Amino acid sequence: MHEETVYDALTAAHGDDARWAFGAGFDDPLAGVDTTVPDRVEPADLGAYCLMLGDDALVLSQRLIEWITRAPELEEEVAFANVALDLLGQARLLLARAGSVGVLGRSRERAGASIPDEDALAYFRDPDEFRCTALVVADGGDFARTLVRLLMASTWRLALFTQLQSSRDPVLAAIAGKGVAELSYHRSHAARWVLRLGDGTAESHRRAQAAVDFLWPLTADLFTPTEVEARLAPAGVAVDPGRLREEVHGVLTDVLTRATLTVPEWPASAPPTGRLGQHDPGRSEELTDLLAGLQGLARRHPGATW
Amino acid sequence: MTDVTAEGGRNTPSSPPLAGSGRPPGRGRRDWPLYEVFVRGKRGLNHVHVGSLHAPDDEMAVHAARDLYTRRNEGVSIWVVRSTDITASSPDEKDALFAPSGDKVYRHPTFYEIPEDVPHI
Amino acid sequence: MPAPTLTRADAADETALQEHFDATIAAEHRIEPRDWMPEGYRKTLVRQIAQHAHSEIIGMQPEGDWLLAAPSLRRKAILLAKVQDEAGHGLYLYSATETLGADRADLTDKLIEGRQKYSSIFNYPTLTYADVGVIGWLVDGAAICNQVPLCRSSYGPYARAMIRICKEESFHQRQGYELLLTMMRGTGEQQAMVQDAVDRWWWPSLMMFGPPDTESPNSAQSMAWGIKRHSNDELRQRYVDMTVPQAEFLGVTLPDPELELDPETGRYRFGAIDWEEFKRVLAGNGPRNAERIARRRAARDDGAWVLAAATAYAEKHS
Ligand SMILES: [Fe+2]
Ligand SMILES: [Fe+2]
Repeated sequence: MHEETVYDALTAAHGDDARWAFGAGFDDPLAGVDTTVPDRVEPADLGAYCLMLGDDALVLSQRLIEWITRAPELEEEVAFANVALDLLGQARLLLARAGSVGVLGRSRERAGASIPDEDALAYFRDPDEFRCTALVVADGGDFARTLVRLLMASTWRLALFTQLQSSRDPVLAAIAGKGVAELSYHRSHAARWVLRLGDGTAESHRRAQAAVDFLWPLTADLFTPTEVEARLAPAGVAVDPGRLREEVHGVLTDVLTRATLTVPEWPASAPPTGRLGQHDPGRSEELTDLLAGLQGLARRHPGATW
Repeated sequence: MTDVTAEGGRNTPSSPPLAGSGRPPGRGRRDWPLYEVFVRGKRGLNHVHVGSLHAPDDEMAVHAARDLYTRRNEGVSIWVVRSTDITASSPDEKDALFAPSGDKVYRHPTFYEIPEDVPHI
Repeated sequence: MPAPTLTRADAADETALQEHFDATIAAEHRIEPRDWMPEGYRKTLVRQIAQHAHSEIIGMQPEGDWLLAAPSLRRKAILLAKVQDEAGHGLYLYSATETLGADRADLTDKLIEGRQKYSSIFNYPTLTYADVGVIGWLVDGAAICNQVPLCRSSYGPYARAMIRICKEESFHQRQGYELLLTMMRGTGEQQAMVQDAVDRWWWPSLMMFGPPDTESPNSAQSMAWGIKRHSNDELRQRYVDMTVPQAEFLGVTLPDPELELDPETGRYRFGAIDWEEFKRVLAGNGPRNAERIARRRAARDDGAWVLAAATAYAEKHS
């Protein structure tokens, strides 16, 4: 019958079994990349660093997913899903890399043997084993806070990934190479909205400024290296976050100024907390809630494969 | 690889609404202009009309079009054109009977202009 | 601005236009937005496409409820991409209605005010993660049966939107079925989850094809217009015939003791559908109707300031 022919033709034309939804291919971006740990590098350090970057992406992805079916406009549902998918993809690669160099901590015992590394790390670590920063953990708040936070987080991460492309770890370099295009899209999407909210109506301006004022202090530890980063950066594997400060401050100042928003004082540099799993009091509760939502189902069915 | 041309191939730029909905102007997306979206799926092909969308301005329109119609496929070129900026011939020259409101897409030839006192069907 | 008007030139012209329209339909050519069309055709299409668009958007919610909790990162990515597709489907379809003179914001208002319907299936809750798989398999599967013929709708923009949508729906069905296969190979608890989900979704999925032909008064006109291609019962039968062997392969039991193959026709006979339940859910009294609409309403109302900001910015910078 005619219509079956149409349908068959459509699916046959694609013939790509790896696709589960439009634009969601699962080709391995690390295919062919050398996975040997570079010399003069402790695998434990490399794994910890991957967790830092992976956890940031995973947690921010969850924060964006919270908006799905609730965004102000359908176009924004699509955009949030795009950004969240990118970050989720980065998280998966980074957690898998941490697992491949043996950094699994207690997650492996809890998860059992059949769970892939990325899932053992995502679903079976406790909050104090997550190495994400306060900026991504903070509750999403309204649309303004979500977009200002996305601007800040993607500006920082894009600056970092740009430099990380020349990492001596080929896996990190490849992940960064793929991520740069994604992050520049995230940053420009966020910047477009921050401009419109800041320079839109009185209400949107007020909300955007409130978001900026709330989020600014959360940048205090973004530019302070942990001991792991302090070892990996000189070895050419990681990026010293202190070297990102100038670019990040510059971009954010520029966007906020064009958005007619007031740029608050930058907070004094603080020692890392979230990166060490020592989450600040308010953040710690938020992270616990977020992880309960992320992990609950997987933990209720130990040994199950999905 | 997206296959956007296949479905847009037979299309001519679709025309937007016949007329406004008669609601009082709001302050939200009801005021957003309609854009027609053209996509070139890959090099060597023409841009093809794939649909339309509302956006507050050109910049937002092109980004929304990329998100929606290509899911950000990097190799794809996108044009957005305000529907009101398109001058179109009618496929069958039959649209003379529609009297669109002035802000809508097609500029009617003057000889088709219909006096306001003609009764509605 | 003059109000929308469709004015008559003269009766002879009207007849000629109607004849031209009828000839276009008879020749299986497409009606395009700027063509003359009978008002009833336009209105019926707007209602049909809007209802379909609403279903895509409301349909994001039952599965969307599992996005945060998806049990593996791979499943999370798959589900997120799928739910995103549904948003895209809604957008393609709203855009098709706008070629007919509708306005998306008005249609959204009508949805929220209960003046336009969406598919009742989305008023059922998703109780376990197996529901995600079963929705992909059965609900998207039924949608495919319904929608593939619409790729030949007589209205061009709708037909084109449907081609793209059907292509994406086939991914959806496949991901759902693959999840179920994986779960059926998993723990006993997982297998029980799958069977339970099948028990809950099977009958509602049969209702997705609408009331029986004997109670479907508008079908004849829609068939004549080429905007409906097969009767409800015909499509339902096709869906059952397609699905039963898939259920067997999966190793689940469809909850219908009367289901059996008719050796003469090669088609499956199935039990009576509870149309009272269908009407109850359609009338807004399903388990999740209020919640589904409340979320759309909240998104519209809570997001209004964002759209106003974008509008104001555009005015300042144009
Ligand atoms: Fe869909
Ligand atoms: Fe679907």
